[in-house]
Amino acid sequence: MRTTKSLPLSIAGGNLLALTHIYTATLVLGIGALFGMLQGLSRANFIVMPPAFDYYRMLTVHGVLMALVFTTFFITGLFTYSVYTTLPRIRSTKLGWAGYLVMLLGTVMTAVAILDGSASVLYTFYAPLKASPLFYFGATLLIAGTWFVALDLFLNVSIWKRANRGERVPLPAFLATCTLIMWIIATLGVVAEMALLIPWSLGWTSGIDVGLTRMLFWYFGHPLVYFWIMGAYTIWYTVVPSTYGGKIFSDSLTRLAFIMLLLLSTPVGLHHQFLDPGIGAGWKWMHTVLTYGVVVPSFMTAFAIFASFEQAARKAGVRGFVNILRWLPWKNPVFAGPALGMILFIFGGFGGIVNSSYSMDVLVHNTMWIVGHFHITVGGPVALTFIGATYGLVPMLTGRKLFAPKLALIQVYLWFIGMAIMSTAMHWAGLLGSPRRTSDVSYFGAQGAATWHAEMVWAAVGGVIIALSVLLFVIVATGTFLADEREHDAPSSFAFASTREDALATPPAFDRLTRWGLMAIALALLAYAGPLAAQLSAHAYLAPGMRTW
Amino acid sequence: MHIHRAERIWLVFGVSMLAVFLAVITTAAVVDGFVPPSHVQSIDPTRVSQTPPFDHPGLRKVGPNAYEAYYIARIFAFTPSTIVVPRNAHVTFFVTSADVEHGFSIPETGVNAMVTPGWVSEVSHTFSTPGTLLLICNEYCGSGHQLMAAKVIVR
Repeated sequence: MRTTKSLPLSIAGGNLLALTHIYTATLVLGIGALFGMLQGLSRANFIVMPPAFDYYRMLTVHGVLMALVFTTFFITGLFTYSVYTTLPRIRSTKLGWAGYLVMLLGTVMTAVAILDGSASVLYTFYAPLKASPLFYFGATLLIAGTWFVALDLFLNVSIWKRANRGERVPLPAFLATCTLIMWIIATLGVVAEMALLIPWSLGWTSGIDVGLTRMLFWYFGHPLVYFWIMGAYTIWYTVVPSTYGGKIFSDSLTRLAFIMLLLLSTPVGLHHQFLDPGIGAGWKWMHTVLTYGVVVPSFMTAFAIFASFEQAARKAGVRGFVNILRWLPWKNPVFAGPALGMILFIFGGFGGIVNSSYSMDVLVHNTMWIVGHFHITVGGPVALTFIGATYGLVPMLTGRKLFAPKLALIQVYLWFIGMAIMSTAMHWAGLLGSPRRTSDVSYFGAQGAATWHAEMVWAAVGGVIIALSVLLFVIVATGTFLADEREHDAPSSFAFASTREDALATPPAFDRLTRWGLMAIALALLAYAGPLAAQLSAHAYLAPGMRTW
Repeated sequence: MHIHRAERIWLVFGVSMLAVFLAVITTAAVVDGFVPPSHVQSIDPTRVSQTPPFDHPGLRKVGPNAYEAYYIARIFAFTPSTIVVPRNAHVTFFVTSADVEHGFSIPETGVNAMVTPGWVSEVSHTFSTPGTLLLICNEYCGSGHQLMAAKVIVR
């Protein structure tokens, strides 16, 4: 029922900022999914892309939008919300808005560069493929904007800490700060890479040290993955329990898991470069060990999630594995999205261990297996969690009822089914040797490529289901604004759960995030000092840039 | 800080599993030499065609059943485009790029390496089954990337 209408969206300043980030992410996901579907159809030879807009340009759009833009906007929005709602906000939102606008400007610049064809370099932009300066400037601004957002939130937290000495920072604000510290440390790598690429793309320098740019990229590229995961874990730990009336399993273990992620997300990037020349096998082995280390906080997270399920279920008088599973609120999209994502992550996690297992990577590197892997991780648990959270956040932030909640529910299940089909086909194609990042894998009918086509048909089927699902997502999110149906009671669709009383004994050292941040920098330097020194001391030749598309 | 007994068991199980994985790949590396291709040798990418041995790319016999193959990767082809080796030949491939980043992969053999301008990649394999194998570039290198392939014929 509609009540008096004032402005169509009269939302308090901080909420509007968070909402703008989240809705930007929603629209970006919509566009990115459309390109993803076209790619799947094109690779399965159902459609032929016009030469004016070829597969690789489309692939660049899809990769940049999904990996760098969608995820980043959602996470900055989520953390703005986390900090603004759990701490009394003293500062204005100006710095936060400045951050949003810089991120948006960077995104638009990057998009223009890709769409006009001057930057078909995929989201990894490996030199010496040379995009137009606009592409590198835009990507740098996207990162710089996130630093503004981070600074705004850091200032909020530090003002609060000074006023409340000895008190624990509320868990959601702690998780946001911890993740953003990790993000700043990681993005220093890609900004250093940009400091080499920008003058070179402007023609001020004639050559580029390709090995060095690759190392800087992957110094950033893996923690980027953990940035997504920490955003999703934040929701798993703090929000998902509230959807079934549960509590956070343990305050201290949640903080400990995030501190471990802060420390171990960065010094592992070489596992993306296992097959690179110019890097000794010993360094690669060291990064294998560290990558195994970063699995531990994920084990802790898995335990905490199930423990939280079980405690709440027992309290409600439900016992037994199957009964507990059935008792969970599978009809609430805010629960079902993240929970379906968790199921996918079981497979994603094990695939990840294969990829990071040193010589085993030889079997899967640059095959479709890897594409299957990141679709069942960032495209599974991460995206489904962000989608589910959006269904909670948009009503929460606007005071509107969720438009067509049944459609929202269908949407998350469709995504799950589509992603399961597509990712399975991709993993299988990869095991058969099918390469990734290739517009057509027929190789003139070569015998070795004969088995690859069937899998691509299945991947396309999955891709179409996912794209349909994303269309529903955009309709539900947008419909919530347009239908403008006010919630009478304070909406509680997205709430931070409380912690069990007996699980609050957190050592004060856990809250010293500056100290943990410095330790993370030290670890990253230690892990990279050797390979970087070897790279810099080798007689590395510079390569001239070129446009090969 | 209290860690629940069930969680301790779970973490010990998880960490032990990782320790076993690590022991397996480390043993395989030390005992059987299963390490990812990690050759460290630089080369001027603008002068690949003038730099020995890449000035004469192709296959050389270096011992009984042992061969070395020198490849140049350049958009969008490999030189040589075809090599013929006898069954059970042990071939060591040396590959470098004359332009952008490429990949060097013979699917389902374990031959897989990145080819970075400025560096020489090395990877080896014993070809035990006769047939025509597809050798492909598996890193995006430009608009004709999907055409970049060669053949290894095992007789």
